[in-house]
Amino acid sequence: MPDKDKPPEARPEHPTPLRGRDEGVPAKPEGQGTSIAADIGALTKGLRTTLGEFFSPPVTLEYPEEKTPRSERYRGRHYLRRYDNGLERCIGCELCAAACPVGCILVIAAENTEENRISPGERYAKTYEINMLRCIFCGYCEEACPVQAIVLGPEYELSDTSREKFIYTKEKLLEPLPPDVQARLDAKK
Amino acid sequence: MSDIYSNPIGHWVVIAVAMTLLLFVVLTATAYTVWFERVALGRIQRRPGPNRVGPFGLMQLAADGVKLAFKESFVPEKTDKVLYVAAPAIAVAAAFLAWAVIPIGLWYNVQYWIADVNVGILVVFAVSALNVYAIVIGGYASNNKYSLLGGLRSAAQLISYEMSLGLALVPTFMIVGSLRLRDIVEYTVHWGPYVGPIPLIILTPVGFIIYLISAVAETNRAPFDLPEAEQELIGGFLTEYSGLKFVMYYLAEYVNMITVSALAALLFFGGWFLWVVPPVFAFLLKVVLFLFLYIWLRGTFPRLRYDMLMRLGWKVLLPLAMLNVIVTAIILVAVEG
Repeated sequence: MPDKDKPPEARPEHPTPLRGRDEGVPAKPEGQGTSIAADIGALTKGLRTTLGEFFSPPVTLEYPEEKTPRSERYRGRHYLRRYDNGLERCIGCELCAAACPVGCILVIAAENTEENRISPGERYAKTYEINMLRCIFCGYCEEACPVQAIVLGPEYELSDTSREKFIYTKEKLLEPLPPDVQARLDAKK
Repeated sequence: MSDIYSNPIGHWVVIAVAMTLLLFVVLTATAYTVWFERVALGRIQRRPGPNRVGPFGLMQLAADGVKLAFKESFVPEKTDKVLYVAAPAIAVAAAFLAWAVIPIGLWYNVQYWIADVNVGILVVFAVSALNVYAIVIGGYASNNKYSLLGGLRSAAQLISYEMSLGLALVPTFMIVGSLRLRDIVEYTVHWGPYVGPIPLIILTPVGFIIYLISAVAETNRAPFDLPEAEQELIGGFLTEYSGLKFVMYYLAEYVNMITVSALAALLFFGGWFLWVVPPVFAFLLKVVLFLFLYIWLRGTFPRLRYDMLMRLGWKVLLPLAMLNVIVTAIILVAVEG
């Protein structure tokens, strides 16, 4: 609350004082006075510049067809990786969920059994969900993972039509099986 | 072929067909002027401009037109409803009327124009001066302070520049001795071995420059687009207009732009005469070049401040135009005696 009894302090001087027209305007360099010839020269220079730009190729990219290159370290959409033999890397340790600063990762682990071996470790992720609306793509999950199971890929066009579709489930995140493993599984059926 | 003009019924048939044709030609030309402007401005800004709808984006204006046509046609509260609706109609009517007397070309004895009026250029000025009514009435009727300010600015601007515009052409009339546009285009000189039409800019270069600047101001185009300066006036007289009423103002602006380009080609660059190029195409080529000039100006210069606009109009262009008339008169008397 301002003290009413105290007289108002003088306003500090404005760093750029108000000035009248043409007052304090820096003088034009010598040889470029306010002659009509100089003004017309300035106008034609402007016209020449824009005409030069007109005949230059556009600098824009036609986005959906052309895209700017991504850096190798670009952090986009997540993937859950597998080993070459088709087993999932994720061992359900939940370190990614613990590292996540916004808490967008949900991991529910389950035990591996002899009949049903999903990952080489003791446990595997029964549920692995990432809420992409919350994710800030910081990459801490990737850093926290002891088995390099969760990685961030280069894709960045993640728009969708409903909020529910932004909960990326394990099926969506998991890499497809390596082709040889897939062929073996198909042959078994 | 020329008999048809003297036949009383044939004459009217020709006029009716020509009017219908001209309406479509000018409308189409307007649409492609907008396309041309958007592409050219894009290129000046190093981007491709509209290129999605149809080949090279040529159908963009059809898409825009359909979109605007399906917009709700509303009239804001507490407006003067009659004037509010009439104003854009005046703009379009005034813009199209000028084309009644603009000759496009004379090719194998076929006249590519509707009326060959002996005061053609005055008719063009008379109807294009109506444009100010459209803007002022639209600004007044909208019941919006920005619209009103835009309308007032427009009135001051158009009145200021109309005088220079008219005076810039007086030397041309003095040299040619006729107000008929056809006579001005077909003005023939006998310079030694050369007998034939010349681009009149050779004789009236100052008049051309004044005309060019005034014409940009007359059509409310950048850098003289103060009536609709969106940064300060939201859109000036256009603020309360949308849908088809907006289209009418927009259409009028571009028709006016083509009109002043056509007049520049006719009055200063020999109209449909251009070496071996067929007449109508020569005229079109010149108009397109002038349209490009206007777009180029828009892409280059920032908008003038209001006092700069008035100073340029009253203190530079008007005295220069008057001086141009006097000097031309003195030279004419000295040469012709």
